[in-house]
Amino acid sequence: MAAAVRKFIEKNGVGMAVFMTLAVTFWIMVLIVLPQLTMVDFSFRFKLPPDAIGGPQDQWTTTNYEYFIKGNPGNSDGWNRVDVTVFTRTLIAAFFVTVFNFIVCYPIAYYMAKVATGGWARMLALSLVVPYWINEILRAFAFRIIFGDAGLINTMLKTLGLITDSIDFIRADIALYAGLGYAYILLMIFPLYSAIESLDRNQVEAARDMGSPWWRIHWRIVMPFAKPGITAGCTMVFMLSAGALAAPQILGGPSSLWFTQIIYQGFFEYFNWQRGAAYAIILLGSCMIIVLSLTKLFGGKMGEIGR
Amino acid sequence: MKSGVGVELEHLWIRFGDFVAVRDASVKIEEGEFFSFLGPSGCGKTTILRTVSGFQDPSEGRVLIGGRDMAGTGPNKRPTALIFQNLALFPLMKVWENIAFSLEVRGVSKAGRRKRADELLDLIALPDQGDKLVDELSGGQRQRVAVARALAAEPQVLLLDEPLSALDLKLRQHMRTELRAIQQRVGLTFIYITHDQGEALTMSDHVAVMREGVIEQVGDGKEIYDDPATSFVASFVGENNAFSGRVTSLNGSHAVVDTEVGALRARIATAARGTLQQDDNAMVFIRPESLDVAADGAAGDHTLSARVVNEEFEGQSYHVFMEAGDGGSPIKMSLTNRGQAHISSIGGALTLAYDPDQAVALPQGALSDQE
Ligand SMILES: Nc1ncnc2c1ncn2[C@@H]1O[C@H](COP(=O)(O)OP(=O)(O)OP(=O)(O)O)[C@@H](O)[C@H]1O
Ligand SMILES: [Mg+2]
Repeated sequence: MAAAVRKFIEKNGVGMAVFMTLAVTFWIMVLIVLPQLTMVDFSFRFKLPPDAIGGPQDQWTTTNYEYFIKGNPGNSDGWNRVDVTVFTRTLIAAFFVTVFNFIVCYPIAYYMAKVATGGWARMLALSLVVPYWINEILRAFAFRIIFGDAGLINTMLKTLGLITDSIDFIRADIALYAGLGYAYILLMIFPLYSAIESLDRNQVEAARDMGSPWWRIHWRIVMPFAKPGITAGCTMVFMLSAGALAAPQILGGPSSLWFTQIIYQGFFEYFNWQRGAAYAIILLGSCMIIVLSLTKLFGGKMGEIGR
Repeated sequence: MKSGVGVELEHLWIRFGDFVAVRDASVKIEEGEFFSFLGPSGCGKTTILRTVSGFQDPSEGRVLIGGRDMAGTGPNKRPTALIFQNLALFPLMKVWENIAFSLEVRGVSKAGRRKRADELLDLIALPDQGDKLVDELSGGQRQRVAVARALAAEPQVLLLDEPLSALDLKLRQHMRTELRAIQQRVGLTFIYITHDQGEALTMSDHVAVMREGVIEQVGDGKEIYDDPATSFVASFVGENNAFSGRVTSLNGSHAVVDTEVGALRARIATAARGTLQQDDNAMVFIRPESLDVAADGAAGDHTLSARVVNEEFEGQSYHVFMEAGDGGSPIKMSLTNRGQAHISSIGGALTLAYDPDQAVALPQGALSDQE
């Protein structure tokens, strides 16, 4: 240990070593550990008027977590039907958004990495990035317009004679899923792209030479090779979809809530930060458990994500 | 196991944009033979192999395998198996899964695949290594796995793209013998690519020597070595001393060429008979092992004089490095060590003699730029 420290200092010089140590400590403590700890601390406390904070009433409690399950005491269902339903639906929807996103992005990433060449490939990458120069909220509004009653899609379907009455994409949550899918497309494509990019083209050709049809080449050669990229992309898209706020606010149907909206309400409408914090931690924890167990299921190691 | 079929290239041209990678290549490869393409880097060897296996379409000309025109037949439908220059084994599969991949494609049951893989592992002398990952094998073992994987596909033609180039000399020599033995055991047609002439000569029934997309000569090892068709072949295959000059006289199968070391007589290469004329620019090639120290007083058109620059003693032979005149062409002579005393002193002049039947006269042409 001491030897490792000495080596680190020798290699980088004293000034640099001290600076790096401080920077990394600051990053980990102030930007990662402290906020999370504060949230955890918050979630285990009562909602108190300011002058009672630090007083005898200010004690640890699991009320906020119990509330998520049970709801208000004496409610008619005996459990917190609204919050738990929204929570489950959010996770399931985020899961399908992720799967759908992967299905769309995998061919694009493969095409960019292995088929397109030179200027055309750069054009393609650029055309994927450019829409993200626009703010997330504005993009969501653009989707609202496109999917609206008199929007581009309804107009097109009507002109083609496929429908006579407008489809309410917003109420059916189609606009929401499309918006969420689109919002994180880059986070799926780039890990996939960089993983597939490093695959030796000869491997694909060798499989083809041995008579393999294209789907088996992808299933047996390309996808296993790109697994770290797939894991990284799916994890990010799932986490961010489940935790998205802007898209559900703007594109969500009037009757459907996203769990983040309930968290948001906890903080800013009921000013119950303690409950908001507990809900946020429930969401984070569940997402992590889901991601970890899925990664385990598909035989990957979390360490590979960083590759 | 199926037996080999012949492969024919008919006036094959392959272009990449304006660049011509293969120029009017025609060659007939017999069934069951070990055929090599030999040539320096970038001469179009891999391109030819990719065309035979179907990854590259010819710009002009035809590829026939077993007499059938292969136009429009994809790589997965051809009776060929390609062993890539970098082997391209699947790193995430176990060794036996690699070998059995083509059986998996054909829908063979897992037990059947495992059985066949084990048989092939025996063939390549790697029994009980099937459950390893490819990365856990040595270079030579990986090479053999690549051969087994290709054989599992039951091809009629096995295409090998410099598979030994990454190995060290010792392993290479071992693998050469092994490959040749496998080929003779299974009776397939092997098309082998290499830029190593020793490899081509030791293993092949026939060799095609290529230069810049052109096949310069096709023949067995002895023909290529003893009777080169072009000056490039003469200088690329084996070591050769080259002297250029002008033809001063022709008589039957021999020519006399006036060079910087005087008149040299040489046998006209078969390919140049009838085309090499009086006054043509020509080259005489004499192998280091064909040169000898001349007897006292010898003179004439089968001798030359040179100045000794250096001498290397290698145990079984001496190599004497000389130059023609002051700063002239380098000349190398190799003498078998029969216990004789050192014959030269550095800086001294020496008269060399050779048998004109073992020297070759060819029209002037490009030389190989390899040392
Ligand atoms: N897809 C391609 N596009 C453009 N040029 C190519 C392509 N493939 C090969 N070439 C060119 O064709 C020539 C022959 O290439 P090839 O790979 O056949 O050489 P090679 O004889 O196998 O060389 P090496 O011994 O180095 O492997 C080279 O000059 C190469 O740059
Ligand atoms: Mg090559």
